[in-house]
Amino acid sequence: MSEKIEKMIRSTRDLPSTHLLGTGTPMCAGCGGLEALNGIYDILGEKTVFVNAAGCMTLLSVYPFTPFRGSWLYTAMASAPAGAQGIRDALDILLEQKRITTDDDLEVVVLTGDGAAYGMGLSATSGAMERNLDFIYVCYDNEGYGNTGQQYSGATPHAAKTATSRGFAGFRGYKKDLFSIWAAHNPAYVATVIGAEPLDLAKKIEKLRGMKGPRMIIALSPCPTGWDFDPRETVHIGQLALKSGIWPLKEYIDGKVTHTKVPRKRVPVEDYLSLQGRFRHLFEPTRNEKLLDEIQARVDSYWEKIEQDEAEK
Amino acid sequence: MKRTLLTGNAAAAWGARLANVDYIPSFPITPQTEIIESLSEWIDNGEMPGRLVTLESEHSMITAAGSAAATGIRTFSATSSQGLLYGMEMLYTVSGWRAPFVLVNVSRGLSSPITLEPDHNDIFAARDCGFLQIHCASCQEILDSILIAYRLGEDARVRLPVIVNMDGFYLSFTREPVVIPDEESAREFVGNFDPENIHFSASAPESQAVAVLGGGPYSYFRYETHLAAMNGLAAYEEIAEEFGQRFGRSHSAVESYCADDADYLFVMLGSFATKAKEAVDRLRVCGWSIGLVRPRLVRPFPASQLQHLLADRKGIAVIDQNISMGMGGVLHSELATALYGQSGKQPILASFIGALGGRDIAIEEFFEIAEVIKQAASSGVTPPPRLLYTREELREIRKLQAVARAERDELNNNSGHKKGEAQ
Ligand SMILES: Cc1ncc(C[n+]2csc(CCOP(=O)(O)OP(=O)(O)O)c2C)c(N)n1
Ligand code: SF4
Repeated sequence: MSEKIEKMIRSTRDLPSTHLLGTGTPMCAGCGGLEALNGIYDILGEKTVFVNAAGCMTLLSVYPFTPFRGSWLYTAMASAPAGAQGIRDALDILLEQKRITTDDDLEVVVLTGDGAAYGMGLSATSGAMERNLDFIYVCYDNEGYGNTGQQYSGATPHAAKTATSRGFAGFRGYKKDLFSIWAAHNPAYVATVIGAEPLDLAKKIEKLRGMKGPRMIIALSPCPTGWDFDPRETVHIGQLALKSGIWPLKEYIDGKVTHTKVPRKRVPVEDYLSLQGRFRHLFEPTRNEKLLDEIQARVDSYWEKIEQDEAEK
Repeated sequence: MKRTLLTGNAAAAWGARLANVDYIPSFPITPQTEIIESLSEWIDNGEMPGRLVTLESEHSMITAAGSAAATGIRTFSATSSQGLLYGMEMLYTVSGWRAPFVLVNVSRGLSSPITLEPDHNDIFAARDCGFLQIHCASCQEILDSILIAYRLGEDARVRLPVIVNMDGFYLSFTREPVVIPDEESAREFVGNFDPENIHFSASAPESQAVAVLGGGPYSYFRYETHLAAMNGLAAYEEIAEEFGQRFGRSHSAVESYCADDADYLFVMLGSFATKAKEAVDRLRVCGWSIGLVRPRLVRPFPASQLQHLLADRKGIAVIDQNISMGMGGVLHSELATALYGQSGKQPILASFIGALGGRDIAIEEFFEIAEVIKQAASSGVTPPPRLLYTREELREIRKLQAVARAERDELNNNSGHKKGEAQ
């Protein structure tokens, strides 16, 4: 299946030149989440119903406007996957009873932030995967509760300053490994993506389109408002997240994790961190070498393990 | 048609089966579980079509029920107590989706302290959520009310989800003779769900439940939901009338028993009203002019029917099976609201709270209540709200407290000893 798809999108030239999602949404300028959603929606297209949880993207559809050409249902913060369950089951029942034709069938897509995905909605997501629900989950991960003013969430990285971690060391906890938590459910597909790498993103969405069952996507979403950087840096910061190895691009299929883009010569993490106000306290007034080293060491040990695993193959 | 002995839970399962439901999102909780177990068994055995899915919580269950209904299929679900409250955010949310389905609630007291036995604080916590509410007093009524509820919720004037409420244990686990209508006449009565514009479909994209900006649009949609619920009053009358003609059982919005000529009335909800009926019979033997009024429909609130029924009485005792902390009985204050400002002489409206967590109301207590309102009527002074509790019960709780104290002392003494030894 993927062979055929990879033939379809091989280079950036195969990517659509205009976006399907309407413009003029109330998302912030330079929103990395919207950037990722644009890429995703271009491929998923309008035969979709987006089931949304409370977050920034809830404001995409404000009565009477929507940028989507397909359908939309806003649920609540914790239960978008359950909303998807009801719709998927209902569509299946309507198809079974021949009350609709397959032409009217829809791909059901959950759209939530990290706060919902890593925290409040995790139980509903786990349930949907355990029931092998045929759906797509898109988590735009801006590493905090963005809509309420960027308080720390289960996705906030170590040392980041947020509205609820303003101390000299920033956030004391560590970013939760949602990819592994999801993969432990053995769903059809799990992948990380980022808007700044549109080809990798497009290939992955194209691939999951041809699959059935739970297909799970985490898109790291540079957030000018919450991370405190100039909106024009969104793509640059996204690329640095990849080059520094902070955000590994990978996918999980059939029990196997594959890295889809391995940064062979990684740039220091501080190249990524120093562009963002949420990490400024690591550099000013004095460099916090200890914390910087700790963050670098975690990234290094992640990739050492990956490289080791690859060498053993 | 067949007459048989059914528990309230089995009657509820039959109601869903006869309403030809397509989809049942579920989650177990005592004393409701038998409903979903029965439905699951029928579906597994091929005795009924439909699909049952167990979600991982009631919050998800209500979400899935709402989103399935919003896709245009007939949906049923059931819960109780903690489950109803766990799903509370979604009760408010999905009613605004204006997609009808039926939810059975088996009333059970709320934690804390945790208990399994019934009262109405769970269902009254959902009072303002936008679901309509039908309260049942018998197993037959449960089955019938589910059929009526589908007609009511799906009515084009209404388009709202409906809760059918029964008392845990007293109805859920009590077998009563129930007439099960035959499939054909039940289906003829309920009809097919015509979702009209309620759907998710590729050829007709739809945004549902979108955000609004500002109080203007928000108020508009909230008012619309309220007015739709109010439309339920007329719709209910028509549907119940048709039900009566077809099946020979009448389920008016408000039941009245020996009330026509009565000077005094008990007002109660649900199955405990059966106890009040017995008290009415016994009091009438002793020459009392007394009756019972039992609202079946609680949302929309049948205010004008109640105003009419309660007018020109001497005294009314509202016996609430719920307690709003710091306020008192909820039904009492709803009736006070309905009666306030009516012309003519107003009856004494006295508040009694009882039967919390399945506590019985003994026949003697009804006699006492009757006496209290009679005296109030002659003195013209409304008595303060009464929390029903007997001296015997107080003695029992004092005993338990004494045991608890003794046990704690014992524990303290022992651990004191040990500490002493270690030193
Ligand atoms: C039950 C509940 N609790 C809290 C909120 C308030 N709230 C709305 S959006 C939001 C943040 C969601 O964070 P995330 O999922 O990361 O999405 P983002 O805002 O970053 O887009 C919160 C806490 C809510 N809507 N519902
Ligand atoms: S706060 Fe961040 S995630 Fe939310 S809309 Fe703005 S840029 Fe996007």
